[in-house]
Amino acid sequence: MIPRAVRRHQRELSALLVLIGLLALAGALAPSFFGATNLRDLAVNDAPVLIVAIGATLVILVGQIDISVGSQFAVCAVAAGGLARRGVPVPLLLPGTVAIGAAMGALNGVLIGPLGLPSIIVTLAMLVAWRDGLRWITQGAWVQDLPADFQWFGLGQSAGQWAIVGAALALLVACAWMLRHLGAGRAVYAVGSDAEAARLAGIEPSRVVVGVFTLMGALTGLAALLDAARFSSIPSNMGTGLELQAIAAVVVGGTAITGGRGGLGGTLVGVALLGTIGTALAFAGVNPFWEKAIQGAIILAALASDVALGRLEHHGRAGILHPAAGD
Amino acid sequence: MSEPLLEAIGVTKAYAGVQALRAASFALRAGEVHALVGENGAGKSTLVKVITGAVAADAGEVRLGGQAITDPSPRRARSLGIAAIYQQPALFPELTVAENVALGVEAAGWWSRVDWRARRRRAAELLAQVGASIDPDTDGGLLTLPEQQLVEIARALGAQARVLVMDEPTASLSEEDARRLFGVIAELRGRGVGIVYISHRLEELARVADRVTVLRDGRTIATRPMAEVDRAELIQLMVGRRLDAVFPKKPAAPGEVVLELRGLGCSATGVRDVSLSLRAGEVLGLAGLVGAGRTELARAIFGLTPADQGEIRLRGRTVRIRRPAEAIAHGIAHLPEDRRRHGVVAELPISANITLASLDRLSRLGRLDSRREKEIAVEYARRLAIKTPALFLPVATLSGGNQQKVALSRWLVTRPSVLVLDEPTQGIDVGAKSEIHALMSELAAQGVAILMISSELPEILGMSDRIAVMRAGTLVAVVDRAQATQESVMALAFGHRPLEGPASAPEAGP
Repeated sequence: MIPRAVRRHQRELSALLVLIGLLALAGALAPSFFGATNLRDLAVNDAPVLIVAIGATLVILVGQIDISVGSQFAVCAVAAGGLARRGVPVPLLLPGTVAIGAAMGALNGVLIGPLGLPSIIVTLAMLVAWRDGLRWITQGAWVQDLPADFQWFGLGQSAGQWAIVGAALALLVACAWMLRHLGAGRAVYAVGSDAEAARLAGIEPSRVVVGVFTLMGALTGLAALLDAARFSSIPSNMGTGLELQAIAAVVVGGTAITGGRGGLGGTLVGVALLGTIGTALAFAGVNPFWEKAIQGAIILAALASDVALGRLEHHGRAGILHPAAGD
Repeated sequence: MSEPLLEAIGVTKAYAGVQALRAASFALRAGEVHALVGENGAGKSTLVKVITGAVAADAGEVRLGGQAITDPSPRRARSLGIAAIYQQPALFPELTVAENVALGVEAAGWWSRVDWRARRRRAAELLAQVGASIDPDTDGGLLTLPEQQLVEIARALGAQARVLVMDEPTASLSEEDARRLFGVIAELRGRGVGIVYISHRLEELARVADRVTVLRDGRTIATRPMAEVDRAELIQLMVGRRLDAVFPKKPAAPGEVVLELRGLGCSATGVRDVSLSLRAGEVLGLAGLVGAGRTELARAIFGLTPADQGEIRLRGRTVRIRRPAEAIAHGIAHLPEDRRRHGVVAELPISANITLASLDRLSRLGRLDSRREKEIAVEYARRLAIKTPALFLPVATLSGGNQQKVALSRWLVTRPSVLVLDEPTQGIDVGAKSEIHALMSELAAQGVAILMISSELPEILGMSDRIAVMRAGTLVAVVDRAQATQESVMALAFGHRPLEGPASAPEAGP
């Protein structure tokens, strides 16, 4: 008999096992993989993805999808650079960029929640609109000549790196706590499982949806600022494909793509797993061209196990559909 | 008549350690309606699944016309002429009626050509045989529930069904539609079709069934001619104990008027000009045919489809209710009709479901008090006797009756002053039903005002202090329990003056 806790977190745990196996393999073939520099580089690279994936987890839990975050990310990063160049002091960049992201997220939320448009279409439109709008405004040029204290927020490289990783992990803990201990977190799960049932219990699903998308946008803004601060100039095509990275990490981490089931612990594992593969393979001497193929295989394996587990649950649910006849 | 058409002999089946059937036996003759009754979990649906080939028995066999069915599967059962119709019809909403009928009737290979004219004609013939006037070109999704059932029966006829299993076919039907269905059943019986009829509505069995088999704990307890058993005896056989009263509502001393509706209407759902008052400690039964606007009235009171005419007064004060959250804040609770879909959130734990409508009260600055939540869940699980190994399991793991108790607990936690119950005991077993009735009496005695919608007349007559009857979107009468009879309430619901001849088609509202 498998303990219930293990069975409930089967997906997270199997992703964790794959991650541990990967790390062990990399460590055995190339002990330098566990060098401080490499680990720090990995963490700093993945921190912005983790922040976006936190938002994506909430969006998927509530039963929606957001594929516009890559473009929002680029808009926020370029806007942050523009503000910095116009002399906005570094401490004000943070609330400024987060507000820009939140506004874009809220726009998604209002179109999807109260107006009831399908999220895949709304965010597809936004993906294209923000990306091409940005290209039109910047003419594809990078943001250059940033003030000296923009990079690493003037903290210097080492402290700046710690700040980025620390901020991502702190957000993960805070959001996980909110999902579990706030009424709002319960509402996210309820709406994602069954929006009509949640409405009948007095929860307003459209408000929850607006809230979640707004938070998604705010997190995207923050992630964009943290990512941009790593370099001395900001490419206007930042964040291309970021939405897919984030969604893949959420799915690999065991959150059901249909909503209502999953959590942030799995998302952390998912981000770490997908973000480590490339480097680990390189250290293990595997041709890096395999990276994307192996990432794809992991995502497929995760979905396949979803189907297998989903099947089992479907049998359980047959009893709900016709319980009247006695089962 | 002596040779059984269909016979299940010593059927045994266990699911993951739960013994669903223990050597159950059952024999169906051609041309009889054979009722199958038992509490939830007695094994009725498992027996039906074995008969229709949906699950394989661990031991025992099913014989059709004396021949054991080897290698059972749904496909095999269908080809032998065994068809089943469930409570919720399973038509394809995007396909036309003719196509839906054809799916069960035409032998279709991947490359066989469709003769649309013949298909339509065949569907029309079959529909005429079940007395349905439905255009074969209508989309399945546009039909009403009773119409969908008739289409399914027509499909079964077209497939040359010799055995027809009907699982709770009247659960969502009005009295009039049920009567029409009984006519169709009698017609099928006359042609020699054997019908297995499952229902929780014992009073209708006497009208429709020839024999009855009682299952309890997976065993066949008894098979009797329907004419020789009465309801009390059936209930006793099912539960293995005698229930003194199925409807224990005690007359209450009504208190002050809590809820008053004045000319309430909602143009979106066709409810119009409803005026009534509800007192503390009173159960007001809301009777009427399906489609009369009862559920719609409940939804207007709860703010799901807000009223746009008239007013709602609570303890003498006019209130506006535009959202469920506002209704809850005013002390109104609403147990929705469709428990399986929306009464509970199936994937959330039992405890979270119980507290879902009280999150505000359980939170300080948005933070949930987990300890208090657990205490509340434990308290209500005990008070309502919710049977579960653990409260953190998803509600989906519970039986129908226990799910309904969870749905009801959720509203009791809000300490409502007005409780609106929409079909509170539909499709749940006799034991849980009588527990819910006892609970309603207890709540009324504590001063809760209860508005109960029910399509089951004995429940309306047994549980209500007063009975309000709706027809075509509006209230036609409010009668005292003492003056009401099944006949008088039905006559009002159908729009006839009491004691006026047999029912004909109800007249349409203006």
